Amino acid sequence: MKLPEVAGLCLAFIARLITGAQGHWYGSPPKAEQRIYFANHQSHFDWVLIWAALPGDLRAVTRPIAARDYWTSSPLKHWITREIFNAVYVSRQRTDDEDPLEPLMEALRHGDSLVIFPEGTRGHQADPATFKAGLFHLAEAFPEVQLIPAWIDNVQRVMPKGEVVPVPILCSVTFGAPIQLQPGEDKRAFLERARHAVIALRDVA
Amino acid sequence: MGSLRSLSVSQQVGLLFVVLFGLLTIVSIVAYTRSLREREPQLQERFDRFLHDLRAVWLGSVLFWVSWASGTFISTLLFGVLSFVALREFVTLTQTRRGDHRSLLLAFFVVLPVQYLIVGTQHFDLFSVFIPVYVFLAIPVVSAFGNDPQRFLERTAKIQWGVMVCVYGMSHAPALLLLDLPRYEDRGAFMVLYLVVVVAAAQIAQEAASRWLRRRPVARAISRSFSWRAWWIGALTAAIVGAALYWATPFKPIPALVMGFIAGGSGSFGEFVMRALKKDAGVRSWGGKASVTGAVGLLDRVAPLCFAAPVFFHSVRWYFGF
Repeated sequence: MKLPEVAGLCLAFIARLITGAQGHWYGSPPKAEQRIYFANHQSHFDWVLIWAALPGDLRAVTRPIAARDYWTSSPLKHWITREIFNAVYVSRQRTDDEDPLEPLMEALRHGDSLVIFPEGTRGHQADPATFKAGLFHLAEAFPEVQLIPAWIDNVQRVMPKGEVVPVPILCSVTFGAPIQLQPGEDKRAFLERARHAVIALRDVA
Repeated sequence: MGSLRSLSVSQQVGLLFVVLFGLLTIVSIVAYTRSLREREPQLQERFDRFLHDLRAVWLGSVLFWVSWASGTFISTLLFGVLSFVALREFVTLTQTRRGDHRSLLLAFFVVLPVQYLIVGTQHFDLFSVFIPVYVFLAIPVVSAFGNDPQRFLERTAKIQWGVMVCVYGMSHAPALLLLDLPRYEDRGAFMVLYLVVVVAAAQIAQEAASRWLRRRPVARAISRSFSWRAWWIGALTAAIVGAALYWATPFKPIPALVMGFIAGGSGSFGEFVMRALKKDAGVRSWGGKASVTGAVGLLDRVAPLCFAAPVFFHSVRWYFGF
């Protein structure tokens, strides 16, 4: 085993020790299919939680999205996101000649699964904020990739905004049944439907 | 019994584990052959619960064996991990606010390790006062720095209570392992086993008695099954079992009877209080099937022990005039 694998196992162990990182699968078994998981976003810990809740062999093919300017700013951050998580880097500055979704499309063409937080930023309300359009464009470009909603519960208590050390509190990730973009479905309608699919999982769990 | 006393300590403990695992194996084999039969759904549910409990007993016994076989360091560490998991479950199911973050960190990452460090190094005077005195005062201070006056007393009390039960109560079990009693060196494992057996006997007897007697419950809103008569039956059963085990302890038969009564009775009260807490948090059992958080229901099983261990520990110390 190489160092990144060992570090990854350690990290998953710590995440499980602190949060339990229970994955509940309702409507979609954990299979090695190409998938886009989309979830509510409340804390920096969200990605690690989803990642730790996935079975070991799915972790290797499931990639997070990381902001390039922040996660490549120091060698350690760069190493963690590149070697352990195999993150897809996106730049936050918009340039005219570059599609911000291009790195994601590239990863999907490559056959990887992605985890995205379509709210774009961490929310503080009980319900997630309205979703950004990226999910719609990905669904349009890759109709064969499964879109799996996920609800992350309790994580805001583990690490509230501004705190660095997580408190041990049990959390769970509930994965739901895949949704699909209907032919001719409007962008707003689809995003709202996706958001409700995520919210609905709160009551399933 | 005289021939048992003539064996060396490690031979005695070894025999204890042979008997324990032998009994467990027999019960498991019987349960397995029974499990192949079909039965009514209601009975099936009860049987499933029994299997669940049996697995817990297996796990407990294996942990107990590992902790004895691997020496005091590992056993203290194991009980520390158990404490950690129980406290995690407790905190998950109580309401805390943003301002409590620092006090929770204090509880998990400072108080818990320090308490077990004190146990491991056998500073029993500091061990008895560290949480009730120092931590009791430190937690509200840290919480106040959280700058959130809303329901301050309630939140602080909850954290303190969790630390008291899950850390302080639990840490008395390894303390029993390490307590050096006169003419009873290195046999702490028997004390822990005595405590566990007595508390379990009280629980089982009380449960059976309340089902069989169907007395009017003392506090219907909290527990449908707790009645004074059932409690007395539980505690007296613990006393009898305790007296029957006197040869394994440093006590004479009558003190062993009284110790069993004290431990069994306080364990039953612990279970009763845990029920009140569960009702308050709005869950039927800590964890269980419907739980969002996926808690494993460990707190349920260790609560009677967490209540009985400190009472028992200090009774033992008084008895021997420490």
